[in-house]
Amino acid sequence: MATRPLQPDPEEIAARQAVMALCADANRDDLDAAVKALAPPAVEDLRPPETGLVMATGRIGGDGRPFNLGEVSVTRAAIRLPDGASGFAYHLGRDRTKARLAATLDALWQDPARRARVEAALEPAARRADADRRQAARRTAATRVEFLTVARGED
Amino acid sequence: MLAPGFADPVHGAQGTFRAVMDALARPGLLQPLDAGLKPPAPLTPELAALALALTDADTPVWLDAGLADSPEVAAYLRFHTGAPLTDDPARAAFAFIRDPARCPPLARFAQGTPAYPDSSTTLVLALDMIANGERLHLAGPGIKGPTRIALTPLPEGFVAQLAENRAGFPLGVDVILTAPGRVAGLPRSTAVTES
Repeated sequence: MATRPLQPDPEEIAARQAVMALCADANRDDLDAAVKALAPPAVEDLRPPETGLVMATGRIGGDGRPFNLGEVSVTRAAIRLPDGASGFAYHLGRDRTKARLAATLDALWQDPARRARVEAALEPAARRADADRRQAARRTAATRVEFLTVARGED
Repeated sequence: MLAPGFADPVHGAQGTFRAVMDALARPGLLQPLDAGLKPPAPLTPELAALALALTDADTPVWLDAGLADSPEVAAYLRFHTGAPLTDDPARAAFAFIRDPARCPPLARFAQGTPAYPDSSTTLVLALDMIANGERLHLAGPGIKGPTRIALTPLPEGFVAQLAENRAGFPLGVDVILTAPGRVAGLPRSTAVTES
């Protein structure tokens, strides 16, 4: 059995994180379509998907002192492919099927031969997530109040 | 390559816990244990079932030399239980021993304190066979009538060590014996004599 390097390439870590972030943004149908397109071999659960609570931490303005915002439900999944590659996913919410699909994509992505196909299969999910983000930004922008326009009139 | 844990984590852990509880409540009576695990060698399925059912992030685990030499075993236990591994037997809450013949003396494990005798180590031994036999005579709480068990292999000086362990009551270690498909308990309250 080939031993993996203990310290993987930082670029590879960043690329894997980007794929997993995309899976977290995508909805279940997108992930389902991506996995079906890749037709993975039999997937075995290392640990059946399970839901638990995680304390979410926030920072005011993004750089203030960290504070505990509250507990959020998180579902995690860990799977293994027949060739020994294991995939992991932690997702907000309680959708076990979605977490398992994301873990499957994680395992498939780790094989350099399959990497390009996984990223291509996730392309529609990326487009949809991007469109959702833009729409949310547009809706927020429409409700913006310009405080400059309520300047007090001096008489 | 990581191996899977219990297929049904809740019922797998509960079933194993029940078997161990019954084994410790009725020392010397063999309890069936079939967890359906396929852990990496040299970890046996029974040792793995007990590790997955009993250990977590709050229980330091000590592994004997054979188990500690295998990075797959450490990765398996770390992934499925999150338990910290320790190389000091006196700090361990659980000790898993694949090769009982080379087990350190029982006195080297945590004995508990008079205020907290429960903070002692629980040893889990993997044997080849446990049978109702003639070798060891057991007496003590939870044992009705004459109970005899035969252990294969029986570590050298094990009976003397168990007698010493019992002499320190309420301090001392509890021993859980496992063999393929079976588990039996030897809590510190049990008096073991060779017959």
